[in-house]
Amino acid sequence: MEKIEEVSINNSEDIILARQIAREMAKELGFGLADQTRITTAVSELSRNIYTFAGTGRVVVKALSESAKKGMEIIAEDRGPGIPDIEMAMQDGYSTNKGLGQGLPGTKRLMDEFEIKSEAGKGATVTIRKWLR
Amino acid sequence: MDKVPTLKMGDTLILTIQVELHDKTAIRLQEDILERVYDTKPQGLVIDVSAVGVVDSFLGRMLSDTATMVRTMGVETVLVGIQPEIAITLQEMGLELKGGAFSP
Ligand SMILES: Nc1ncnc2c1ncn2[C@@H]1O[C@H](COP(=O)(O)OP(=O)(O)O)[C@@H](O)[C@H]1O
Ligand SMILES: [Mg+2]
Repeated sequence: MEKIEEVSINNSEDIILARQIAREMAKELGFGLADQTRITTAVSELSRNIYTFAGTGRVVVKALSESAKKGMEIIAEDRGPGIPDIEMAMQDGYSTNKGLGQGLPGTKRLMDEFEIKSEAGKGATVTIRKWLR
Repeated sequence: MDKVPTLKMGDTLILTIQVELHDKTAIRLQEDILERVYDTKPQGLVIDVSAVGVVDSFLGRMLSDTATMVRTMGVETVLVGIQPEIAITLQEMGLELKGGAFSP
């Protein structure tokens, strides 16, 4: 059985909703408190980036089941301005918005897998995964 | 949003964050805190975050900015009740709560 939930991000309250849905699913899947918090924080960072840089977008939260492995995948997707230099954006402290610049690099450290696809002018898609241990 | 619950104990102002903060409530909260500090003139400010389930870089920054502003007003801030999982997450993300001392 596939479990999948989607939240569209249009305002800052939607960030909280995305967070709640992610935590709920993480809990259901059996993640411990520390991983629940890592996943929820990562979702908060990615949702906030959508809201801040693209205005709107969506966050898809999915339960994963691959043979012996179980886990969770989150896709944060927008059609905003995109990230022209991904390498730069992944550096600690880099922000075009006077932010802390820890959102993307921090999210990568919190998760097991992290992929980012973006083209300037065409939006950004960030996919993250965490596996149950 | 209702005003933040505060309690003055001796010279200390104790303030509890009880709701999940989104952007507007976070900014309101910051203003509220500064006003309370001004009105009550405490020696120290204690912010209780034990009900907060997530501290992302936005809220982390807001809390440390607030502590810095409160310090500008001559008052030290102590954050209490940070959940262990949040401490782990902040550390892994590379977020440091500057301006406010830590307390278990
Ligand atoms: N969804 C996005 N669309 C466009 N640019 C983005 C997006 N997410 C991140 N960025 C860019 O990457 C930079 C770093 O992001 P992040 O690490 O979250 O730091 P911050 O949000 O504090 O700026 C941002 O300042 C922005 O330039
Ligand atoms: Mg960010």
